[in-house]
Amino acid sequence: MFDFAPLTKWIDTVLHNAMSPFWAVVVEMLIVGVLILLFYALIGLFLVYAERKVCAFMQNRLGPNRVGPFGLFQTIADLVKLLLVELVPIRNADKFLFNLAPFIVITASFMAIAAIPFAKGLHAIDLNIGIFYVIAVSAMGVIGILLAGWASNNKYSLIGAMRSGAQIVSYELSVGLSLITMVILAGSMQLSVIVEGQATGWFIFKGHIPAFIAFIVFLVASTAETNRGPFDLAEAESELTAGYHTEYSGIKFAFFFLAEYMNMFIVASIAATVFLGGWMPFHVGNWDGFNAVMDFIPPFVWYIVKTFFVVFLMMWFKWTFPRLRIDQLLTLEWKYLLPINLVNVLIMAFIVLMGWHF
Amino acid sequence: MRSIIKYLKEIVMAVWSLLKGMKVTGYYFFQPNKIVTQKYPENRKNLVMFERFKGEVIMPHNEKNEHKCTGCGICEINCPNGTIEIISKSILTEDGKKKRAIDKHIYRLGMCTFCALCVKTCPSEALAFSQEFEHAVFNRALLIKVLNKPGSQLMKGVE
Repeated sequence: MFDFAPLTKWIDTVLHNAMSPFWAVVVEMLIVGVLILLFYALIGLFLVYAERKVCAFMQNRLGPNRVGPFGLFQTIADLVKLLLVELVPIRNADKFLFNLAPFIVITASFMAIAAIPFAKGLHAIDLNIGIFYVIAVSAMGVIGILLAGWASNNKYSLIGAMRSGAQIVSYELSVGLSLITMVILAGSMQLSVIVEGQATGWFIFKGHIPAFIAFIVFLVASTAETNRGPFDLAEAESELTAGYHTEYSGIKFAFFFLAEYMNMFIVASIAATVFLGGWMPFHVGNWDGFNAVMDFIPPFVWYIVKTFFVVFLMMWFKWTFPRLRIDQLLTLEWKYLLPINLVNVLIMAFIVLMGWHF
Repeated sequence: MRSIIKYLKEIVMAVWSLLKGMKVTGYYFFQPNKIVTQKYPENRKNLVMFERFKGEVIMPHNEKNEHKCTGCGICEINCPNGTIEIISKSILTEDGKKKRAIDKHIYRLGMCTFCALCVKTCPSEALAFSQEFEHAVFNRALLIKVLNKPGSQLMKGVE
């Protein structure tokens, strides 16, 4: 397996030899920041394109196909358009909060991406409470959404933001509990340890039934948490024009848009890391030949393929199911997902205690 | 106990119905040959429109330059926005009788809403829709069309 650790180590020693430790750390942070920013922009643009293509194919359409081969540069053209669009000033808006909101939303998703292990040794910060950090940081985005809705001074925005608040507060529980189920199985919250623990088999296979239930619950709850359809009440076009980002235009709108897609990607990465083994290749018990063949595929490819598989599942949900009402949304969480989840945590704890997992 | 069974049954049924929906969209996702979008300007040469497509009203003529329009004027009466105007003339039949026949069947494409009332009400089925849809012209006058071809006659046996 290709390991990024020697490469990063080498960069670290070179920088430390060239300058004082303080500046070495500053330069390292800059490099990581620029790399993540690039990755963020590229993935965001690609996800918008992928979403439009997937949606089109599910509806018997072609989707974007004019700009570049297969319409690949469509989103780049869209981005250029968004950058050139006028930023409409809202007269009665709370100017400071109005301008602050998109940055909070995008910072929340940007902070979450730092803790995700992309490949062996390619991991910006490996916190010992990695999962906790990701949940905490990604929940911060709702502050931005609430601020956007409040500061816009617009009834649609406010209703959208309030719905989003109610939704994220309730679904955060399910996301947390389904991840706790897997933390019990992994025995650690550190993402690198969780990935290493799946060397002999992904957790979704290792933890069999409770892990699978946790995976389904996580998928549903995280789809709701990222405000995507069928849980997109916060921006329900048919009722609220565009919900909390009704009043935003140009690059500020692009921030919300990009943050939404990146939140989907982050949530999919967490699902891939915790349930599907992250960058760990597909290994089956004692089949050494098979495992060796699987090791030839680079870990980063494994990570991307798994993440995009989960992203595809979420797009599949969005373009199949109709939007829920707010009462149905809360019923689903409090009457179904939460009880199932609590029972599931108990079952998982019991299974781990008895050693019934693989 | 019964309520718990009902609760679990509800969950299973809900998941089942969701999977059913996902099966439909998933099926179409993996069937690119079912895509209905046409890449229009590229496939202009071999684009075949559907039979039911209402491009414009035409009057079909056979190879002997004969049509079925008797000039009765029902289409003109039925047209809701005065798109059709019929100018008739009287001709002498072979046995020396005077008969009403069509001189010009004027069709103003620019005013037509494609409601198909003329085509549906025509008693002798003289009108039809063609699948032609590239109607753009630089002069409005070009949208006024005469449907019967010059020198055409009423088909034998159509009264």
